[in-house]
Formats: sequence, C-alpha cells, structure tokens
Amino acid sequence: MLNYIWAFMILVGVVYAAFTGNMEAVSEAALSSAGEAVSLCITMAGVMALWMGLMKIAESAGLITRLASGIQPFLSFMFPHIPRGHTSREYIATNFIANILGLGWACTPAGLKAMEELAKLEAERGNPAYQGKENKDLRIASKEMCTFLILNTSSLQLIPVNMIVYRTQYGSANPAAVIAPAIIATLFSTVVAVVYCKLMDRR
Amino acid sequence: MANVLANFSNIIIPVLIFYIVAYGLINKVKVYEEFIGGAKDGLKTVIGILPTLVGLMVGVGVLRASGFMEFFGGMLGKLTEKIGIPADIVPLTLVKMFSSSAATGLVLDIFKTHGTDSYIGMLTSILMSCTETIFYTMSVYFLAARVTKTRYTLAGALISMAAGLFASVALAGIIVGG
Repeated sequence: MLNYIWAFMILVGVVYAAFTGNMEAVSEAALSSAGEAVSLCITMAGVMALWMGLMKIAESAGLITRLASGIQPFLSFMFPHIPRGHTSREYIATNFIANILGLGWACTPAGLKAMEELAKLEAERGNPAYQGKENKDLRIASKEMCTFLILNTSSLQLIPVNMIVYRTQYGSANPAAVIAPAIIATLFSTVVAVVYCKLMDRR
Repeated sequence: MANVLANFSNIIIPVLIFYIVAYGLINKVKVYEEFIGGAKDGLKTVIGILPTLVGLMVGVGVLRASGFMEFFGGMLGKLTEKIGIPADIVPLTLVKMFSSSAATGLVLDIFKTHGTDSYIGMLTSILMSCTETIFYTMSVYFLAARVTKTRYTLAGALISMAAGLFASVALAGIIVGG
C-alpha cells in the first residue's frame, strides 16, 4: 500500500510539475524536505530520549502499570487477543492516555514502542515473517496493529489546545468555542473507528 | 479560558517530569540509571524511523511543490461545495492527512481570509481538532514494526476521517448557522 502511495506522490508530483513549470520548485522541495526530515529527527531524538528515559523510570516504579490499569477494560474490549500482562498493553495504554490529554510529544514514542511490542507478540504467536531481525519476509499487519493505528488516526485528543491558541492569535471573539464541538466530533469519529475495527476484527 | 489552557499546557511538562522522578525515588528506583537506559532505547527508535521520514517528507514535498495538491483540491472543491463543504476545506483535509505543520499553514491562511468565527473558520477549527495525520502516522508506526502490508488500516482511517468531516460540517452549521 505505502509503496503505491509513495510512488504516486513522487511520479505525479514530477509529471505535474513538468507541465506547470514547477520543476525548479520540486527539485528545491526534494532536497530541502530530505534535510527537514533529518532536522526533525534530531529534534525528535532529544524529546524521544528524554521521554523514553522518564518512561523507563515510571515503568520501574510501577507507575505505568497503575496508570494503564485504568483503561484496561477498554483495551480488553478493543484488543481481546492480547494476553493480560503483555508489555504492548502498557505502551498502547500510555499512547492512548497521551493522545487523549493532547501530549503530542509523548504519543509517538509510546506508539512506536507499542508497534514494536505488537510485532514481538506476532513473533510469539509463531508468525514466520516476524521471526528474526534480518528476516526479509513480507510482514502483514496483525489485527491488533490495524485497530491500534485506526484508533490513533481517528484522533483521540479531547481539548484542541493548538486550535484555541491559533484562534486567539487571529482575534476570535471566543477562542474556546471550539472545545465542545471538537469533543463531539472527536467522539463521533472515534466511535465510527471503534465500530469499524470491531466489524473487521470479527472476520 | 484560552489562557487557562495555554498555562495548563505550559506547566504540564515540568509537573509530569517532577512527578515521575519523585515517584521513582519514593519507590526506590535507581532513577538516573533507568533514565539513561530508556534514553538509549529512545534514540535507537528515532534512528530506525529516519529513513522513512526522509522518504515520506520528500514525497510530500515534491507533491506539494508541484502544485498538484492545490489543483486536485480545487477541482474536488467545486463538487464538495454542493454539500456544504467550502472549496478551501478540501486541500486542507488532504494536506492534514500528510502533515500537521503544513495543515497549520493553511489553517492560519483561512483564519486570515475568513476570520475565526465565520462558518468556514469554525468548520476549520473543528475539523483540525478531530482529524489526524493519517499517512504520516501510518508510515512511521508501521515502519517501527517493519510491516509493509497494512490491510484494512487505511480504509478505517479514511472512514473515521470522513466521519469527522461530516460531524464538523454539521456542528459548524449548527453553531454559526452557515
């Protein structure tokens, strides 16, 4: 899937630019985007190291387990086949909690770890593509991965802090007016995601 | 209210750091050693996703610079205006699937042109609050698990985004009466 999307972006971009005379802008964008990716990674590396360090402390102190136990019933509902006590549950819980609270910087590290743990879970289940580090077999996403990603992309954030800040900047009479509809819209898109995941999960 | 929230965002990080370190100390965790171990793990994960980021950001950069996104969005916009989705919202929705910062640029542009409290301003505010960067999240997360076949994930993400868009149009209509 990503193979086609990526190829589409590159090929269509170049062809369209050739017809509209934007070739110079495209070559500029290709080079600067590559650089941007690296500087983004450098920024992210610091945040990630800081956050993962803190999470390690929290984990050893039993804080994560305590926090995660709050949303265990929801996790058991969404991921009925992840064994109790599996590490992936902690990271998924952390990711969801960070998402709901709008701590963007904390979501990605926990989310990436959750995906790594879900891959380990597939390995434990005996899926051949997931065995060994250098295995080149085509890896097919597990149902848990699909559910986790769909819930993540359905937006879980309750209070749109950024949006309120932008609205304030641009002179809104009531910047916070977005909160209530945002909560309703977010809940709606999440409920749709949950229903969709449950339907697909059954097959 | 906005100030309260902005302040809340400002204090949450120091408070969280303080809380975690203090909680660790109370539970007799070797906080510094654990921190270093975790930081090492975090760096490994970042280095692992760097190649995807380069690939993805180049792809998005090329597509955006070519002008195709605006062209495509403008074309779709003519159709969507019939169902209450202003033309400006279409490229915004498309861009938001790839990049949050690029979407923010478009949002501020809409706020500048139409104001924050107009129908389109309100719709933009709600829509950006209930959608995520689908493609970015998917590629980065799946790369961490080295998964290439993503099955029904994209369909699910798009359906939930459509639900968010639908809800945003309805809610903005109710609030502003546009």
